[in-house]
Amino acid sequence: MSESNNNALVIALSKGRIFKETLPLLAHAGIEPVDDPESSRKLILDTSRDDVKLLILRATDVPTFVQYGAADLGVAGKDVLMEHGGEGLYEPVDLNIARCKLMTAGRVGDSGANGRRLRVATKFVNCTRRFFAARGEQVEIIKLYGSMELAPLVGLADRIVDVVDTGNTLRANGLEPLEHIADISSRLIVNKASMKMKHAPVKAVIDDIAEAVKRQG
Amino acid sequence: MNSDRWLLPDGIEELLPPQAAELDRLRRMLLDLFQRWGYELVMPPLVEYLDSLLTGTGNDLDIQTFKLTDQASGRLLGVRADMTPQVARIDAHRLAGREGPVRLCYHGTVLNTRGDGLGGSRSFTQIGAELYGHAGVESDSEMLCLMLETLQAAGVKTVFIDLGHVGIFRALSRAAGLDEPRESQLFDALQRKAVPEIEALLDAWRLAGDVGARLKELAWLNGGVEVLTRARQCLGDDAAIVAALDQLEGLAELVGRQRPEVPLHFDLAELRGYHYHTGVVFAAYVPGQGRAIAQGGRYDDIGKVFGRARPATGFSANLNGLMRLAGVTVAAGRGIFAPACEDVALQAAQAEKIMELRASGERVVAGLPGQSGGAAEAGCDRVLVAVDGQWVIQNSNSKGEQ
Repeated sequence: MSESNNNALVIALSKGRIFKETLPLLAHAGIEPVDDPESSRKLILDTSRDDVKLLILRATDVPTFVQYGAADLGVAGKDVLMEHGGEGLYEPVDLNIARCKLMTAGRVGDSGANGRRLRVATKFVNCTRRFFAARGEQVEIIKLYGSMELAPLVGLADRIVDVVDTGNTLRANGLEPLEHIADISSRLIVNKASMKMKHAPVKAVIDDIAEAVKRQG
Repeated sequence: MNSDRWLLPDGIEELLPPQAAELDRLRRMLLDLFQRWGYELVMPPLVEYLDSLLTGTGNDLDIQTFKLTDQASGRLLGVRADMTPQVARIDAHRLAGREGPVRLCYHGTVLNTRGDGLGGSRSFTQIGAELYGHAGVESDSEMLCLMLETLQAAGVKTVFIDLGHVGIFRALSRAAGLDEPRESQLFDALQRKAVPEIEALLDAWRLAGDVGARLKELAWLNGGVEVLTRARQCLGDDAAIVAALDQLEGLAELVGRQRPEVPLHFDLAELRGYHYHTGVVFAAYVPGQGRAIAQGGRYDDIGKVFGRARPATGFSANLNGLMRLAGVTVAAGRGIFAPACEDVALQAAQAEKIMELRASGERVVAGLPGQSGGAAEAGCDRVLVAVDGQWVIQNSNSKGEQ
């Protein structure tokens, strides 16, 4: 797709919160989707600009598409980037959207593993290993794809590592946030080769979006 | 059971017809090209002692290298993951008697422990050229032009060149007095052009003077040749930085003169092979590929530990990758099929005709008695037919050959 027109841009986004909060930023760069991804089944969306297409992906796949050059730009949460490793990507702009925290959490009042290895349930396997390793702690990681909050309740794990926004889901399940691992927000990511070969159009989009972020304060 | 016995390890591939023939055609063509430019072929060994293989190359190559124990000496061996250090060793030690510029080229299979990402290939044919003994931009330019010529010969179109210089970051890092952990933190953020992180790091470190501000500029110093002008304004007058910018400008001018059609892009934060390179670095990109298809740069003095410090510059490419880009161009279906002949009287004449045709460069496939399939199955477009006791070539489809 990026081969057909040398200066056409493909931007990878994920549905939901990131998409909604990215729209005003894209609009500042003159990019508005023709279809609404929530109602359309299309995975490639046309935009108000002939030279720009949007790909609608699963959030965790956005860095992969951009890394391999299937998309020139993308919007991905810092949590996803930390987990992915960010190799082959530029992440020049913090969009200040979809803000939350990556945290450990456990049952209220629970003291941990009592001498044996701590069991941690998470979908952020790499981040979790790095975080506990940096504290000199070896933990057993249980990879889950969702409903992390359940794991401590049914005795599958002592702790979870997950993104926390308001903390309401945690509290509703008798859990409490414990340690802060990282502040998360979405980043504009850019394929390295696109930055070089389509420098003018890519740089223009980066600058427009950076300006829109600044304006939103 | 064992239904997956045919599986190859992840990232290990084999080449089948016609890709294997195409790869070899490319290899021969490129070696001929190198030879015409005065580059002599060397064939470094597949394995050698690990400490010599990894000398001066940094941690990245160590991780990429497969290791095994030499049962004869008890020492650790490495399977080459990159041939460049081997060639540098050859120049520094084995060819130490040669003064003046030495031009070497090589090709061979390299093995990486980790896939290169795209396609995840861990084993491929590396091909490259190195020029030792000259420190100016003229040799960098020769290398870059030879890389362009290589890509062109391989049938790769629309190449973009990305130019950088590791000396700039090195000089700024030194001016800022960064220790190793800090340098590597900043290096990592810079490689991702993660501007918010770079700013947070530099603000937290409270560096003396304006060196923090200059480091912040670095991430944005990419684009056309105007970047060099901008860099001169905002990176200060550190002698090493001025020299690096002069080199880039000189190189751009030399290459622009020889290959004005090739777009040059500058990225002063591009630090590929930072621990290995010492000066100009360059890489080739093509549309539709998310990563460089060929790369090179200056790596002076790597031969020092082998007894001879010499200026060095070179480039290398993944030949399998180039082949995939260019597509298969080996003429398919050209050849003459000679069906098995039962008639004893005609056999000798047929054998003679076949030898004659092969000697003239034709591809002739001899049919075997009782075989199924004919010219089409043997990939031939013509067939040898006996007409009045004479063997003549006929078009195979006009005859409706089975």
